[in-house]
Parts: sequence; structure tokens; C-alpha cells
Amino acid sequence: MSIEEIKEYILSAEPTAAFDETGEWLNILISPEAWKPLAEKLKQGVLLFDYLFCLTCIDWKTHLAMVYHLSSTTYRHSIVIRANLDRDRPRIETVSDTWRTSEFHEREVFELFGVEFLHHPDLRKLILTDDFEGFPLRKDFEDPINMIKL
Amino acid sequence: MYTQTDIIKDTTQPGPDGTEGELVINVGPQHPATHGVLHLVITLNGETIQKIEPHLGYIHRSIEKMCESLSYRQFIYVTSRMDYLSAHINNLGCAQCVEKGMQIEVPGRAQVIRVLMSELTRIASHELWIGAMAMDLGAFTPFFYTFRERETINDIMEETCGARLTMNYMVPGGVMYDLHPDFHKRVKAFVAQFKHKVTELDDLVTNNIIFQSRTKGVGILSREDAISYGCTGPVGRGSGVNCDIRKLYPYAVYDTLSFDEVVETAGDSFARYMVRVKEMYQSISIIEQLIDNIPEGEFQAKTKAVLKLPKGEFYTRVETARGEFGVYIVSEGATTPYRIKFRSPGFSNLSALHHMAKGSKIGDLMATMGTLDLVIPDIDR
Repeated sequence: MSIEEIKEYILSAEPTAAFDETGEWLNILISPEAWKPLAEKLKQGVLLFDYLFCLTCIDWKTHLAMVYHLSSTTYRHSIVIRANLDRDRPRIETVSDTWRTSEFHEREVFELFGVEFLHHPDLRKLILTDDFEGFPLRKDFEDPINMIKL
Repeated sequence: MYTQTDIIKDTTQPGPDGTEGELVINVGPQHPATHGVLHLVITLNGETIQKIEPHLGYIHRSIEKMCESLSYRQFIYVTSRMDYLSAHINNLGCAQCVEKGMQIEVPGRAQVIRVLMSELTRIASHELWIGAMAMDLGAFTPFFYTFRERETINDIMEETCGARLTMNYMVPGGVMYDLHPDFHKRVKAFVAQFKHKVTELDDLVTNNIIFQSRTKGVGILSREDAISYGCTGPVGRGSGVNCDIRKLYPYAVYDTLSFDEVVETAGDSFARYMVRVKEMYQSISIIEQLIDNIPEGEFQAKTKAVLKLPKGEFYTRVETARGEFGVYIVSEGATTPYRIKFRSPGFSNLSALHHMAKGSKIGDLMATMGTLDLVIPDIDR
């Protein structure tokens, strides 16, 4: 499907979405509250985005940005969904029931960035030890023993 | 990660309704069948698996954080330490991402060398997997046969790249050195050896009735679930998903080659095994197409001493022996990346394990987990 058709569908589902076409794929900026209902529509609707191939977070120092790379195994089109989160209290709805792979990926983002995924079935630390403090992939994380500054 | 309280959480006491009690057993972190420090906490009811919880992080090095303080030439070396059985292909994915950002044109000779090395790596990785998989299921002999082929490939790698496992051969702009003078001869000899000896593998493993009855119908993953869990590589293709990046988004010279994407539809452990075996034949075919047609010329493009990616975001993906490996670089225009994310195939494949093994017997777990081809440093990163 063409980019225009994708845009049109997303605007009908989420009128506040903002688009950016500077990158390789169509970037869609949404508010965190809009993510869960939009995710359902992206997977079940005509666009058939059934494959979430990358889920990650970026710390922009002023805010955190969730980045979801979606693709469709039927139409082979891809989009990037972004949602900016408050750095002091980052929270967004989980999509682990829509794309099952995000259950592990969200746990990873939870421990490394401190993003809280609401209604996640099993939000615990996956890689770090349970008593680990801090969020290592945030830019202000300091570890004087293990981190070597070049 | 694992904490002490997990050990004493459950007992073998019968449940309140008189049913059999739950039993929690730990597989790993040091277990011969997990091939690395993976720790599975398995909840059993009798012999039936109710729940599998992977505990990761025993070799977590925070490679993504490390990369944020390394230059665009340096960070590639770290990625060899992730999926060490596909080191070449990991390096290739990173090199391509830097090339995409800086719009570096890679010489034709380097492109062909990259594909040759990738396919040799794929064969070596699958050979190791088949040996280890057969050993998990109790057959010790195939291990020696598959390692004989793998050793030959490792020797070829050592001659040209100077290393057997973490080659660090792909650099932005091409490859690090030119091919060793003996490369052509050695690869030809390997192809002949592989074709001659590969029937042994069929006799020992593929047509082995014990192996077949232990893997057929075990660990079934449907096509929809494979997509939903993000399973790629032989795991996805064993479930009928067309997910070969070499076909879908061709890179290097893959679009000029004739090879088939191997897809099986059964979705069980045997299908995943067959995908890997057939992929080795495809890789041999690719090597045969290229080995006599390596173009002359430069093996590395001229690049600046200090690489700087323009401000922006770049994503590339390559097909490793385990599946889709994605490199996501966020650049602020500096000499080091602002943020790097590695989308490792093993991490997503492992997330499907609970779904695949739930309700089956614990004896089938190794046949299910083995076919995921887990490389733990790739999952932990």
C-alpha cells in the first residue's frame, strides 16, 4: 500500500497523529495514550501490521521516546511509531497481547530505561539482577566501577 | 535474573483438590544442553511442562551502552562477541548501517567477498548446530562428522581473516584485507568435500528413525504465532513464514544470485532441522556461483580516518544463521553513536519457547529448545 493510503488510514484512526517522512520509513508520532487503541487497529485493520520487528527506547535527556518498528508480512510495508514519554514518570500501555514478541522486549526496556508498561502480564527484570538500581541505558546513568569513560 | 527465593517457592506437596503437586526444576545456568549460560525455571505437573521462564543476563555486557562510547570503526568489533557463530554476518550488518548513513559505495570485489564469507559462516554455524542438536538427543557420533566440515571452514577463515571465531573482517567500506592466495583453492576443496560427505549426515541423522520420531510433531509453532513472536530465520521458515532477508530486502550481491528460500510448513522441530540442512545446500550453491567470479579491484573503499554519521536514524538488517539481525543507529552527527539497538534474532526466538513447550513432556524439551539454535551472548548482549 502506498504511503498516502497508510497516512489516511492512520489519520482516520488517530486524528492527532503527526507524520514525518524524512527517514527510510514513514514516522508517526503519537501520544502515549493513543498507542493501545491504534495498535489494535494497525494489526487487525486493513493495513495488517502483524510483525513488530524492533521495539526500543531512546533517552533524549529531556524525555524518553519509545520506538516501534512495524511491518506487514502480507503487504511488506513498514512504519515507525514513536511516542514521547515523560522522563520522570514514563508509562505507556503494553502491546504484548497484540504482538507477543513485545512481552520480552518491553521487559528489557523496563529494566534498562525504567519505562513502566501498564497492564503488562509479567513486568519484572529480565537481564539485570533483582536488586540492581538505576537504569543503565539512560544517559545520566553512572557506574564508577564498571564503566570506563574514553 | 535468578534469586534465592525462587528455589524454595514451590514444593511437591499435592494441591488442595488432591491433584498432583507442581514441581519446579532448574535447567542451567550450567547445563550441557543449554549451550551457554541460559537458565530455565520449569514448572512441571508430573512430566508435563506448565511454564518455562527463561532467566537471562549471566553474560550481559551491555554492549549497546558500550557502543555509545565507541567510534563507528570500533563498535563493529564488539558485535563479533554477540552471535559468535555468525560473527561475519553481525559485522556485515553493522558495516552496512554505517555505509548507509555515510553513503559509502562498496567495491564489487568486497561485496562478493562479503557474501562468500557470510555463506561459509552460515554453513559452519548450521554444521555446529546439527552436531550439537544430535548430541542433545543422545547421538554423539554426528558431532565429530559435522565438526570435521566446520574445522575446514575455520581454517579458511583463519588464513584470510587471522581469526577462527571473532573475525572482525567486515569494516565500513569493504573488508579489512584482501583474500589469502590459497582462498580459492581451499574453498573449492571444501565444496567438493562437503558434497561428498554430506550424505553421511543423511544416513546418520536425517533418515535416523530415532531422530525423526523424537523431533516430528514436537514443539509445534504455528505460522501466526511465529510472526507474532517475531521468530525469524530457520525457526520462522520452519513454520512457513517467508522471512529470508536475503530475498525480501537483498543486500550485497544477493539479488544477482539464484538460490531458493527454504520454507517448511510443518512447524515442528523436524521442519526446523530440515530448513537448516537444505539451507546448507543453498549456501553451497551460492558459493559455487561466486567462487570463480570474484571481480578484480579494490577490496575496500577509500574512507575518511574518522567516520561521522549525519544526524538521523539508520536501520539495516541482515540474515544471520539464526534469523533477522537488525542494527538501529541513532546519530546526532558525532563520531560516536547516540544510541544503538541490536535486534538480535535469538532474543525473539527464545520468547516463543514457553508457548512451544507448554503442555508437552519434559523429555521433549531438548528437542524443542535445541531447534531454536540459541546462542546466549546474542540474547544477553
